[in-house]
Parts: sequence; C-alpha cells; structure tokens
Amino acid sequence: MKILVPIKRVVDYNVKVRVKADQSGVELANVKMSVNPFDEIAVEEAVRLKEAGKASEIVVVTIGPEKAQEQIRTAMAIGADRGILVKTDAPIDLGGVEPLAVAKTLKALVEKEKPDLVIMGKQSIDDDSNQTGQMLSALLGWSQGTFASKVEIDGDAVKVTREVDGGLETLSLKAPAIITTDLRLNEPRFAKLPDIMKAKKKELEVVEPAALGVDYTPRLSIVKVVEPPKRVGGGKVSSVDELVDKLKNEAKVI
Amino acid sequence: MSILVIAEHDNKTIANASLNAIGAAHKIHGDIHVLVAGSSCGQVADAAAKIAGVAKVLKADAPELGHGLAENLAPLIADLGKDYSHVLAPSSTFGKNVLPRAAALLDVQQISDISAVIDADTFERPVYAGNAIATVKSSDGIKLITVRGTNFDAVAAEGGSAEIEDISSKGDSGLSSFDKLDVVESDRPELTSANIVVSGGRGLGSKENFAIIEKLADKLGGAIGASRAAVDAGYVANDMQVGQTGKVVAPSLYIAVGISGAIQHLAGMKDSKVIVAINKDADAPIFEIADYGLVGDLFEIVPELTDKL
Ligand SMILES: Cc1cc2nc3c(=O)[nH]c(=O)nc-3n(C[C@H](O)[C@H](O)[C@H](O)COP(=O)(O)OP(=O)(O)OC[C@H]3O[C@@H](n4cnc5c(N)ncnc54)[C@H](O)[C@@H]3O)c2cc1C
Ligand SMILES: Nc1ncnc2c1ncn2[C@@H]1O[C@H](COP(=O)(O)O)[C@@H](O)[C@H]1O
Repeated sequence: MKILVPIKRVVDYNVKVRVKADQSGVELANVKMSVNPFDEIAVEEAVRLKEAGKASEIVVVTIGPEKAQEQIRTAMAIGADRGILVKTDAPIDLGGVEPLAVAKTLKALVEKEKPDLVIMGKQSIDDDSNQTGQMLSALLGWSQGTFASKVEIDGDAVKVTREVDGGLETLSLKAPAIITTDLRLNEPRFAKLPDIMKAKKKELEVVEPAALGVDYTPRLSIVKVVEPPKRVGGGKVSSVDELVDKLKNEAKVI
Repeated sequence: MSILVIAEHDNKTIANASLNAIGAAHKIHGDIHVLVAGSSCGQVADAAAKIAGVAKVLKADAPELGHGLAENLAPLIADLGKDYSHVLAPSSTFGKNVLPRAAALLDVQQISDISAVIDADTFERPVYAGNAIATVKSSDGIKLITVRGTNFDAVAAEGGSAEIEDISSKGDSGLSSFDKLDVVESDRPELTSANIVVSGGRGLGSKENFAIIEKLADKLGGAIGASRAAVDAGYVANDMQVGQTGKVVAPSLYIAVGISGAIQHLAGMKDSKVIVAINKDADAPIFEIADYGLVGDLFEIVPELTDKL
C-alpha cells in the first residue's frame, strides 16, 4: 500500500506570533518555522505502517515556498521515502493558498501518484481551518476518517477511532481513504543524526502549480488582521478565604 | 437572502450549539431554514420547528443519515445549498467533519469558526490559536460557514412555529459505516455551554488525584475540563480537552488547576468572564490572564476551597 502525506510549513508552535503593524497579516520574517505538528503525527503514522509491513512507499508533499524543502527533509528523516514540493511564492497562511486550492492540488497529485491512503493533519496551526482533508475526500469521492486517534488496516478495510465531542467514535472505511490525525494518534519520534544525513539524499521533486492545472487566486480576501482584545489579569489573592470572598462579593459569579 | 443552518443532534434532542449557529444566522439577516438530517429524527424536527425565528424545517429521515456520516450527509447539504446564500453549521466535531466536504462539492472556500458577523460577506475569525483575529471577505456565491458557539447568543428554543417539509436522502454512499460511539456518561453540565468550568492539568499527577477536581466541580454545579497534557496522560477522556485543537469554552467562571497556561490552552478559555488560577509556580503564564490567582499547592488549596464553598 502506498501512502501520501501532505505536510505544511508553519510557524513553530512555541512562537508567540505578532500581528504586522499594517494589519495585513502576521509577522513571519525571522520566525522559526516547522512541520505542522499534526502533519508530523501523520508522517509518523505512515512510517509505523511501513515498519509493520503494511505500507510500501511514503510520499510527502507540501505546497509552499522554496524553503519548505526543509520540512520535506524533516519528514524524510522520520522515514518518508520521497518528497514533492509544489512551489509557490503566494502566502500559505492567510490570504494566499487556501484549503480548497490545497485540496485541488493534492487531488491532481493523487491522480498522478495513485496512493491507497492519504494521511494528513486535522488542522494547520496557522490558519486553524480544519478543512483540507475533508475537501480532498470530497473531490476524490473517497471515504474520510477525521480526527483519528487510532487507525487499523486490514486489506482494504480501514477502521478509524475518532476523537469527537461526545467521546470516541469508531468508523469502518473503504479504502482508498483520507485520514486526518488528532493529537493522540501517536508520538512522533526524534530523528537521529544518521537518518537526517540519509534524508539529504532522498529524491525531492519540485513542480509548478500551473503544471498541475491549479489556480491559487484566493476566494477570501483579508480585510485586516488585528490583535485580540488584551485581557488584563494578574490579580492575586493570598488565601482561599479571600478567593471565596472575591468570587462571591466582587465578581459575583457564585 | 435565505440561510440554511445544519442542526446538530443525536436523533432525540437538538444540541445547544445549533441554537448558537442560528444566533449567528440572525446576525446575517434573512429567512432561516434548518436542516434536520437523521434517522427516526421526527422529535428533533418538531423541536427545531419551535425555535424562535426559524421559518422552515427541512427533515431528511433515512437510516444512512443516522450517524452524521460525512459521505452521506455532505451531498445532501451541497444539493440544498445551491438555493441559499449562506449555509451554517456549529464549529463542533460534527460541523467540522461534514461542512468542508459539502463546501468542496460546491466549489466554495469555507469560512471556519467565525467569531463575528460584519456583513453578509464579511466575518471575523480567530487564527494562530487566537493570537490574531482576521477579518475576511468572501467572494463565493454561497457562503459556507462554521460558527464558534461561544461568540453568539443562543436563540430561544421556544416561540416559533415553522412548517416541516420532508425531503429525501441522497442515499448511502457505501464508503463508510458507523461501528460505535464510546461515551463517558456524566450528570454534569455539557462543557461548551456550562456556566462554570473547573479544569485540571498535568499538575494533578494522576487519574486518581483528578477526583479532587470532580469534587470541586460538583460543589459548584460545573463542568469538567482539562489541558492536553492531562488528557494525553490518561487522567480524563479526550472530549474534555479545552484549547486551540479541543473545545472552546467561555463560562462565567473558569477555574484552572495545575495548568501552566500554554497559548494552545488559552485559545480555548480566555474569553471566560472570570478566570481563577491555582498553581504552585508564581511565574506560570496562566497568572497573566487570571483575574484571581492563588499561588500554592493544589492538593491543599482545592480541598479547602471545596469545603468553604
Ligand atoms: C498542535 C498542538 C495543539 C495543542 N492543543 C492543545 C489544546 O487544545 N489544549 C491544551 O490544553 N493544550 C494543547 N497543546 C499543548 C500545550 O502546548 C501544553 O503542552 C499543555 O497545555 C500543557 O498542559 P498543562 O498546563 O496541564 O501541563 P504543564 O505545562 O506541564 O503545567 C503543569 C502545571 O502544574 C503546576 N503544578 C504542578 N504540581 C502542582 C501542585 N502540586 N500544585 C499546584 N500546581 C502544580 C506546574 O507549576 C505547572 O504550571 C497543544 C500543543 C500542540 C503542539
Ligand atoms: N500548503 C499545504 N501543503 C501541504 N499540505 C497542506 C497545506 N495546507 C494544509 N495542508 C494539509 O491539510 C491539513 C489541514 O489543514 P487546514 O485545512 O489548513 O487546517 C494540514 O494538517 C496538512 O496536512
């Protein structure tokens, strides 16, 4: 079974982002960039399937700037076999390449690469859209197992446990399928130095969006991006008695 | 303009989040129709017809719609959507799962998790874990939108008398099937609509110790939440995670116990009216946003607080 894993280059989750003064977006110059955490989980899951003898090849793909090759190499160090960069200078966080356009690009690549399974993140931590996987399955007419915390594969039957608001839901999907990962699917490994070295020699293809027939004109224009209203906290109390008194008589919430 | 709101329900009762989504529809202005798609869901359609301000209920009752499977539901929403200016769903795991699938079928770029309506084309939504608020204007002919419930008032569940129209399902895609739902039963209020939430983090140390959070929540009649670290460590179930990638809550009182205050956690609770933090580390970031911070050992403070309430 061949697996395609779409990954995204995003601001590292530890960075506290700042809004640009001209309100056009978020400051990305000189900010640490990483693989979207959910996508790292997706790569790890694919690698585990390969190690278990269930997957034959893992192809990672990203739509982004030239520098997104770094994230492809990171995925290769975890164990992906091959990489594809769909190179664009359009922003990929806000006001540029949107989830629908990403899904259309991925559809074109799926038709070319013919994977049996696509494993991807449930959400990018920059645009917080949580759309792309569901859109890709619609465009392909495939089944979808979103927010997965467990994936079991048996031939062309895929059993997915999903983290839903009411608890844990189990679905049976017919392959080919799209899986989107939740936090508890696995804990990605740290790549070891020899694996990082090996990753440098793996095949990485660069393609232009036009070659795939996709158009990145945004449907949503960004009117402005601002900071949220600042919350003024910082008040301390010195005892439980004082806390109870304040909650009753000052905040009046109990 | 007419607006279709996709109701979330379990074939028996309509979820609160649907009432907040209808609240957002009111801000857009237009005739509001509600889709109740399910299996033996007549009771839900009847309830939807009574919601204040709803002009019409579309009822699709078929076995293959019983579990909200996106593969069966999205084609129905996409087909109906062509006759509306806006299609709204709650930003719950139900809405997040199905609406983007319908959006792609309609060739529409969905607007996720809106926190405000500016006008019929323009909306605010939090991005980057709530560290920025983007105002976006859509050029699509139909707007597909998921609604952040905590930012919109729920409409009254009573007061309306809409007609109910039966519509047919698009059939079973055969792509997926429902096996089971494991629910942690609880008599406590539902997390996202609770008035008081008590959340525990890694500081609790174990599943057994988490009982002190439950006692405090029960004393206050509140719901229980948790940080990702507490869920990952198995202290509580996944559906209690509050944050960027969990549930968003905005109760009148949020008590964070043994939670450091990572931005991903704050993203899910910083709109709470009053925030209390209990943590032994005086420099924990949670104190920067807490109205009342109490520095000390939670194993002493929480039982004492429970006693004194
Ligand atoms: C992609 C991604 C998504 C994420 N999504 C979420 C999310 O939705 N929600 C979320 O919560 N997190 C999320 N996280 C994780 C987040 O970054 C933090 O790791 C997490 O919130 C930390 O949980 P915590 O505060 O319980 O643990 P810690 O950061 O370990 O804090 C524990 C706190 O307990 C205190 N403590 C310990 N013992 C005691 C004691 N006896 N008495 C009093 N205080 C004590 C400590 O001082 C400390 O401040 C996400 C991370 C990533 C990468
Ligand atoms: N530019 C991109 N390149 C590759 N994959 C992407 C890109 N954007 C989003 N994805 C994938 O889609 C998932 C969900 O993203 P989103 O819908 O933006 O929240 C991510 O976790 C990635 O797996």
